[in-house]
Amino acid sequence: MLQDIDLVIEEGSFVALLGPSGCGKSTLLRFIAGLEKPASGSIELSPSSGEARARTKLAFVFQDAQLLPWRSVLDNVALPLELSGSSRAEARERARGPLAEVELSDVYERFPDQLSGGMRMRVSIARALVTEPSVLLLDEPFAALDELTRQRLDERLRKLWQSRKMTVIFVTHALAEAAFLAERALVMSRRPGRIVLDHRLDLPEERAFDLRANAEFAAQTALLYRALQQHGAFDDGSNARSDG
Amino acid sequence: MTRSSLEPGAARELWSSVLPPALTFVVVIALWEGIVRACSVPRFLVPPPSDVLMAVWTERASLGSALFTTAQGAVFGFLLSATLGTIVGLAFSLSRWLERGLYPYALFLQTVPIVAVAPLLVLWFGPGLRAVAVSAFIVSVFPIIANTLAGLRSVDPRLSDLFRLYGATLADTVLKLRLPTAIPSMMTGLKVASGLSVIGAIVGEFVAGFSEGSAGLGITVLAAYRQLRTDLLFAAVLLASLLGLLLFALVSGLSSLFLRRLRAPG
Repeated sequence: MLQDIDLVIEEGSFVALLGPSGCGKSTLLRFIAGLEKPASGSIELSPSSGEARARTKLAFVFQDAQLLPWRSVLDNVALPLELSGSSRAEARERARGPLAEVELSDVYERFPDQLSGGMRMRVSIARALVTEPSVLLLDEPFAALDELTRQRLDERLRKLWQSRKMTVIFVTHALAEAAFLAERALVMSRRPGRIVLDHRLDLPEERAFDLRANAEFAAQTALLYRALQQHGAFDDGSNARSDG
Repeated sequence: MTRSSLEPGAARELWSSVLPPALTFVVVIALWEGIVRACSVPRFLVPPPSDVLMAVWTERASLGSALFTTAQGAVFGFLLSATLGTIVGLAFSLSRWLERGLYPYALFLQTVPIVAVAPLLVLWFGPGLRAVAVSAFIVSVFPIIANTLAGLRSVDPRLSDLFRLYGATLADTVLKLRLPTAIPSMMTGLKVASGLSVIGAIVGEFVAGFSEGSAGLGITVLAAYRQLRTDLLFAAVLLASLLGLLLFALVSGLSSLFLRRLRAPG
């Protein structure tokens, strides 16, 4: 399904992984997360051994927030710490920080069914940040949200990346979102998925909503569009399958 | 919408859901009474409802004690099912081998004709409460096993991934993910089992209920039949059905309270 992928991602970079549905971009992300093993080839996290390796923490944000409905906001964010062995009280205490970062300090005791889709996604991001990961993987996280919420979450994610200096790998099929967020965009072809374009986005460090009206932004988005088009992303989708 | 405009609507809805079955009940009882009296149907064949009510009243002491005896058998059997069924369902969910090896035999409990097995229960457990409770257990355990297993298996694979990513232990995965996910389905199993346990208890009593002093509703039915006391027979059947309904309502009520606390659908 994936073929000849030879990729080095620098520490602290923000990489967007773009491609048509079913090209295997989600699978690549699952390989990186260690949730699945590739049939051949390997994934290495550096440093790959020793004490420093143990500190290379991964976090994963799924499409749809994937919260536990029977846990409050605070308990959902505390979950990763509890699973890694912290006491419940300590985990709840440490969950407050990331919730403040996504501006949800006032809804600790609410439950997922009492939140909007955008708020649920912010809880999901806080849950990913709570372990202070050095690598954050996101699998089309905002795809199900409305445009305005999505734009606000894009801006927030970009700020979180700037303040935390973690490596972010963001899977999406939205061109403008990829261009807005990332420092580097990787475009994948249809099955078997290969990387057909590895492009450094030449856009300012500080990005806000008005960037989308910028001519340079439009040019960068068009470049990604052409790469997708050349590699058959928009052909009749009879072979395309849902991503996964 | 304001609260005050909601409440009359809710009341109307309750009314419209209670009224039709209540009307049906009244009409059927009236027709039954009328036809039996008008055509002078022999009372040992079909007693009029007024006779049945009268029998409930005049035999209230013996019927009450029979009801209590049957309720004991049903409740013990149900509690046994709830405990063992949940444990077995959990064990099956943890081991494919265990499930493959034992599930067919658990299914056997569902298909075995309980009336045919009941004499064995008397041989093994002696006549009385124990054999009756085991009969109620055999009839009611399978839905609990099946629903527990289905519930534990219905975990969202991405949530499993999340737990795996953070190195969750098996105990954490079971306690913090699988069991909470399974609870709505487990509650369904318990509801089905609560009704079945009364049926199992009555059938058990038919064969195994002759112990000194206390006789359950199953025994009342047999005795009333031998004496052609059809009014008493109807009265016993009525009470047995009410017992089943009561247990079901109790388990349903507890489960919806519990589910609301867990914010689970169902």
